[in-house]
Amino acid sequence: MRGRYVIAGVGHTDFGKLGLDTVTLNAMACGRALQDAGVDKSLVDGLFVKVPTSAPKEILYGQKVSEALGLQPRWGGAWDQGGAANITLINMAMMAIETGQCDIALISYADNPRSGTRQAYARPRGNEAPYGWFSTAAGYAMIHRRHVAEHGTPERAFAAVAMAARKHGATNPKAQLRKPLNMDEYMASPWVVEPLRRDDCCLVSDGGAAVVVMSADRARQLQVKNPVPILGIGGAQTSFDLPLRETLTSTQAVRSGAQAFRMAGLKPQDVDVAQIYDCFTITALMTLEDYGFCKKGRVNDFVRDGQIEIGGVLPINTAGGLLSETGMPGMQLVIEGVRQIRGTANVQVPNAKVSLVSNQGGVMHTHSTLILGN
Amino acid sequence: MSAMKELQTDYPVPEVDHINRPYWDGLKEGKLFYQACACGHHWLPPRALCPQCLGTEWQWKMACGQAELISWVVYHVAYHPAFKDKVPYNVAIVALDEGPRLMTNILDDSEHLSIGAKVSLLVDTTLAVPLAQFQLVKNTGGTYEVL
Repeated sequence: MRGRYVIAGVGHTDFGKLGLDTVTLNAMACGRALQDAGVDKSLVDGLFVKVPTSAPKEILYGQKVSEALGLQPRWGGAWDQGGAANITLINMAMMAIETGQCDIALISYADNPRSGTRQAYARPRGNEAPYGWFSTAAGYAMIHRRHVAEHGTPERAFAAVAMAARKHGATNPKAQLRKPLNMDEYMASPWVVEPLRRDDCCLVSDGGAAVVVMSADRARQLQVKNPVPILGIGGAQTSFDLPLRETLTSTQAVRSGAQAFRMAGLKPQDVDVAQIYDCFTITALMTLEDYGFCKKGRVNDFVRDGQIEIGGVLPINTAGGLLSETGMPGMQLVIEGVRQIRGTANVQVPNAKVSLVSNQGGVMHTHSTLILGN
Repeated sequence: MSAMKELQTDYPVPEVDHINRPYWDGLKEGKLFYQACACGHHWLPPRALCPQCLGTEWQWKMACGQAELISWVVYHVAYHPAFKDKVPYNVAIVALDEGPRLMTNILDDSEHLSIGAKVSLLVDTTLAVPLAQFQLVKNTGGTYEVL
């Protein structure tokens, strides 16, 4: 599969508080992605939509987006796998095209929790609500605590992830939070669910983002200007809720990354730039460990001294990630991964040849990995 | 019953159904039940099929009440109005000696908690919805030391 498929176009809306419904945001992002690819919408026969986190129970959501786009694709629908769904849907689109079931696919995600309801992020978790068990953040806080206890992970490691994202995001004119962060400010950041500080937590944002996927052959045929080859892709999930997991300190990035690296024929050392899903700082740290950029428990040595900032060993989240650009879960990271290979990123890693993107969902329930490159 | 502490009207309550009723009824008597399958698997939360062998040859068993602290968090923000006056409060994951793990509260000062600490069950049966909460077993386990 290596290099047989490309991301032919990318598009996104503004991020922040937009006051628009999610179907409209999806349609706007898709329109821009098609425009970027230079492809007429009449050619699209696959529409793969991630379920909006704010409205997980909406029936036939994918069909509503399809209708708004005036499409009648052979393949279409909505998929719920939390934040891992974006790259998973790219994977599904590739498989559909590979088997001749689809020719050109749009993959899209939009949500509006900032102007709509944030209830999904604060909701009670099952029958544990009487114990006060609420929110997405609390699950990550459980993992964060355990990682610190098992590996002695210092606060400056968590701060390094936030500071890199905020440094890069500060120069991104589209970013929702354009304010650099220093160590003192990080340490002064208030607890939300201890040990998570406010600056460990991603933004809450409205926005939409979409990509166009087709075969490399089709892209040549259509004379697509800036196709970016997909070198590797993979996914994995535990599915188990936190209390049912034997370990809290490893993620599905282990399996999802191994699959993507195997397909690409590459190793972590080959990666020039990475977009590492950073819904919370602990997520980025554990993903770096589990991809094999460093040994388990030694992530502080990897992220210290600006090594994950531009100019460092592995610049991550070069558009600001979820902590600075937009809190929407994941597709914006794919788009930034594409820009790095095109050489059009705002914070561009010079001569980037291999660009890695991670997506993950739930409380580390699901994971997906994308490796792009020329 | 006269001593029963009334709940605030908006306090979240569990959704009790025909599968998990014995679990919640057990807590009213101060007993914590888990499910044990003929295949040897033990689990919580309650479900109709054994998640290991998918069989129905399971029975309720009473936990001895001893457990180990896996991790915990401290809420400094109330995500629900009923918890506004409780912050900061902790929520923890504990592993029962019999295997199953559950979400709970540790009824000690959060400052005294440590991963690996031994905890024991304490059910306040005077609550309208009794909960399986735990307290630290002093001088045992983990790195916990009596101050």
